[in-house]
Amino acid sequence: MALKRGRGVAAINYPTGMNLGGDPSQALVHSTPTGAFMVTLSSVDLGQGLRQVMAQICAETIGIPTEQVTIDTADTDTGPHCMGTFASRGTHRIGNAVAQAAREARQVMLEVAAEALEVDAGDLDTDGKGMIHVKGAPQKSISVFDTALAAHFKYGRSISGRGMFLVPRSFPETETGAMKPATCYAHACTVVDVEVDDETGEVDVVSVKNVFEVGRALNPSMVEQQLVGGSWMGISHALYETTEPYYPAREHGGRDFNEYLMPGPGNLAETETIVLERPAADGPYGAKGVGEMCANPQIPAVANAIFDAVGVRIDSLPITPEKILRALKAQRAAA
Amino acid sequence: MAKVPVQLTLNGTERAEFIDGGLTLLNALRDRFGDTSPKGGCHQGTCGACSVIVDGDLKLSCLTLAETCNGAHVETTAGLAADGIQHPLQRAFLDGFAAQCGFCTPGMIMAAKALLARVPNPSRDDVVEAISGNICRCTGYEPIIQAILSAARSNSQNAA
Repeated sequence: MALKRGRGVAAINYPTGMNLGGDPSQALVHSTPTGAFMVTLSSVDLGQGLRQVMAQICAETIGIPTEQVTIDTADTDTGPHCMGTFASRGTHRIGNAVAQAAREARQVMLEVAAEALEVDAGDLDTDGKGMIHVKGAPQKSISVFDTALAAHFKYGRSISGRGMFLVPRSFPETETGAMKPATCYAHACTVVDVEVDDETGEVDVVSVKNVFEVGRALNPSMVEQQLVGGSWMGISHALYETTEPYYPAREHGGRDFNEYLMPGPGNLAETETIVLERPAADGPYGAKGVGEMCANPQIPAVANAIFDAVGVRIDSLPITPEKILRALKAQRAAA
Repeated sequence: MAKVPVQLTLNGTERAEFIDGGLTLLNALRDRFGDTSPKGGCHQGTCGACSVIVDGDLKLSCLTLAETCNGAHVETTAGLAADGIQHPLQRAFLDGFAAQCGFCTPGMIMAAKALLARVPNPSRDDVVEAISGNICRCTGYEPIIQAILSAARSNSQNAA
């Protein structure tokens, strides 16, 4: 009886969004009289940072500071249509809708500024700090603030835009069944080192090394946060969490927080996370969805590492000490 | 049932309410005193989201009866920022991206505050021990541990 070391590798590709009856999200953008911009959505920010990233996309597209954008989310009674924040679709689907709405709003903003400056709208550019100027002649300029005031009080225009991003319904080909249910794919690879006690079946995760390919990280700190937390969650799914350990039997399932097994801060494996950026052609500024995939590759990597360590294949989750001991017993009986 | 008077100092302000006997401190704070910063995660003392400091000690407010806090000094995250300036722990959590959904954050910060009051320069193990009663679903804990260590470092720099 001994502690056995093992290493497991797993790589995944993960679809952004889903497609059952088509996958739409819509956004509306408009300016206030003082040149702040409002983005109206029905999409929900449940902590993943959707509002921050949508503000960045809107600001970058219109050419104004991010602080000048307010995101109004999550009223499905009154907001533009959104399928929801799930399937790792938020940044990609809603981001594309916001970018489109912001492009239209920018165009109106430049038309108003052009009228006020008596120049051609095509000759205008933004500095990203709140000014609109003639290309090559930054002294001939007007602020976004004054442009909005002029639109509202002088020209009777609404600096606004509509964004409609729809991934049309994909039907399977009759002959092959092939279909295109998703858009771009994110990728990840994880290497896990474990130590398995072949007497108790306990698994100690020694190290986790992740590489995630995310398209473009629109907010690098929030992407890293998502990936670090997700990696931990993947390990937790691999080894600990279940409500029905003897599914379909209900026995011994956790009924509340007291009985639901989840690793705490004392059970952290040494984790390294690397981000690769390979912008997606169809993503807003190249972004893909990384919401769910960050917790995926750790699970097969742990299963492979356990196989490498003690030679047993566990094909149901979580991989508990009991399952490992039963498999080791069967292995010895077969030998 | 007769109401019970409870008088306590909440984040430095004297407050009094008549409450139902048996009301938890968590529900009293949220529903009677109007301080919704402590969160009710499990209501059974397991998740730590409701953690507050009572007379200097970290308490699970969901397992503490409000009437036992008569005359006590109660601290919550709502009282941490002074004159609009964030507490070093709040600053460290923000700078270190140590919150995602944010539900565990008030409990984590109060557990950290109680730790730093006892141990101004904690080791990583001290921090892990201090937040071991607090569950976080999003962050994987590492950013939280790092934020608390960072707040401790900035405190000791300011003191020096």
